[in-house]
Amino acid sequence: MARSNPISLRSLISEIGPVDQVGIEERVAKYITRSIKKASKVQALKLAVSMVDLTTLEGKDTPGKVASLCLKALHPHDDPSIPSTAAVCVYPRLVKHAKKLLRGSSVKIASVATAFPSGQAPLATRLSEVRAAVSDGADEIDMVISRGAFLAGELALVQDEIAAVRDACGKTTLKAILETSELETYDNIRAASFLAMRVLRPGDFIKTSTGKTSSNATLGNNQVMLEAIRDFYLETGTEIAMKPAGGIRTAKQAIQFLIAVKETLGDAWLNNAHYRFGASALLNDLVRQLVKEKTGAYQAPYTFSEASGSY
Amino acid sequence: MSRLPITKTPKCFLGGAFIRSESGRVYEHKDSAGAFVCNIPLCTRKDLRNAVEAAAKAGPGWAKRSAYNRGQILYRIAEMLESRADELAAAISLTNPNAAASREVRAAIDRTVHYAGWTDKYESLLGSVNPVSTPHFNFTVMEPMGLIGILAPEESPLLGLLSMILPAITSGNTVIALASHGEPYPSILLGEILAVSDLPGGVVNLLTGTRADILPTMATHAHLRAVYAAANKSERTEIQQGAAEHVKRTVFLPSEKPIDWFADDAQGLYHIRHFLEAKTTWHPVGV
Repeated sequence: MARSNPISLRSLISEIGPVDQVGIEERVAKYITRSIKKASKVQALKLAVSMVDLTTLEGKDTPGKVASLCLKALHPHDDPSIPSTAAVCVYPRLVKHAKKLLRGSSVKIASVATAFPSGQAPLATRLSEVRAAVSDGADEIDMVISRGAFLAGELALVQDEIAAVRDACGKTTLKAILETSELETYDNIRAASFLAMRVLRPGDFIKTSTGKTSSNATLGNNQVMLEAIRDFYLETGTEIAMKPAGGIRTAKQAIQFLIAVKETLGDAWLNNAHYRFGASALLNDLVRQLVKEKTGAYQAPYTFSEASGSY
Repeated sequence: MSRLPITKTPKCFLGGAFIRSESGRVYEHKDSAGAFVCNIPLCTRKDLRNAVEAAAKAGPGWAKRSAYNRGQILYRIAEMLESRADELAAAISLTNPNAAASREVRAAIDRTVHYAGWTDKYESLLGSVNPVSTPHFNFTVMEPMGLIGILAPEESPLLGLLSMILPAITSGNTVIALASHGEPYPSILLGEILAVSDLPGGVVNLLTGTRADILPTMATHAHLRAVYAAANKSERTEIQQGAAEHVKRTVFLPSEKPIDWFADDAQGLYHIRHFLEAKTTWHPVGV
């Protein structure tokens, strides 16, 4: 934070460099051609399971639903070789219910706060929400940045708010949600990533989306943010973690995202302290594919707690 | 000036779209004189997997349609078959000049109309109200099973294939069918016909290729609830062993002796019943 805080988006982008949109899209198009099979696939699937932030963010969430989510996060399947997920992600009101079940386990409790998903509440309200979630036992806080302020050019305000939330977190890990679909361009995503990273601590996350808008995490957005993390690391030595969220529903997609991490940031980022998936349905498909690899037979999705029924 | 020939690339009808095999492989299709006709996709277990995903997506919507609407759509298939009857007959004659091609196409169209009539009737005949000695109203309704895998016979490439697909989709099941290996072209045409028949994409998925590639996966895929196969002794054994793991229903047409697809009992209510689950409800009354 010794650096001067750029006032305008233009000066920030000229400082950090713009994004080559065509280059990014060509690059990520290559990731989906990689062939990951057999033992390496099993390894990738298990790694992906250990990176899942098992999420439920609905108005109809109940303590009972959160309880079943927690048990699923602890034991995704009968097979003991399948690891627990990294965390569960719930609304602040439900943190204390999750805490009862997860205390003493390796599964962390993440809570969205700061008037998720819009972030359109007074700063004092947002900070008190963060403090409430932390005091209830949240290990990680997922905050949303003020996209409106960002697009209006008030970059300093956005950065100051992230810093204020960081301070309210205390020792709790912070994840800053950029909501990429509302930032419109790759240049903006890169700028917002740097804006956030400059006030985050090592081990804090930048996160693509809330999962509440039409467009969520894509390989392109993910790549822009991974390259921002890489450039920031090379410049400062600070390791910022990454969490794509929303829209990653299949094991195949998850493996493609892991390939992006491996080829952009390397093995140091291939663990759940550096990379997470924010997802609800993904875990079912990961476990389904793991069972398929083990038994050799394709599995039906309803065996893995998708909606039941004859189909 | 002579015109360049425009030849058709045969493609499989999968999830409402026309696809080449995921593997990119093909096999040569030859006419009865041994002359090259076209390359047919050689589908793999991954195409089967994709077809199952497509069928699963289409399934709930198809099962929820009113019985009357399913009947209308099946009748529409007959209309579309009728308009391309000559082309279908020519495709059958291509590989088998001795076949009663026109008769087979006519029988296939009539069979489609036959099942179009059954969609809103089978339930009244197979469901029941059951007498019980407790104060309950006890009744049984028929529900579609879900995804059905079909291995069509080698002979009768149109009538045999349709006779196996129709009873399954009549009640709201969705199917993945492997067409005849030696005479695949009628199934390619059938796909093109189904695509314009108001049938939702994914309800019928047609694969071409060898049984050796498809059969083991069809037997063991847990998402398929039944396998309906024209199969010989060793194939039946392999299917039964694969199906046992997930308690899958198997329905066989032994292929050791020729199947008479024109027979009266090659269609009807009891073929529909193969692919239904009975649900019985106990409803308390009059206490």
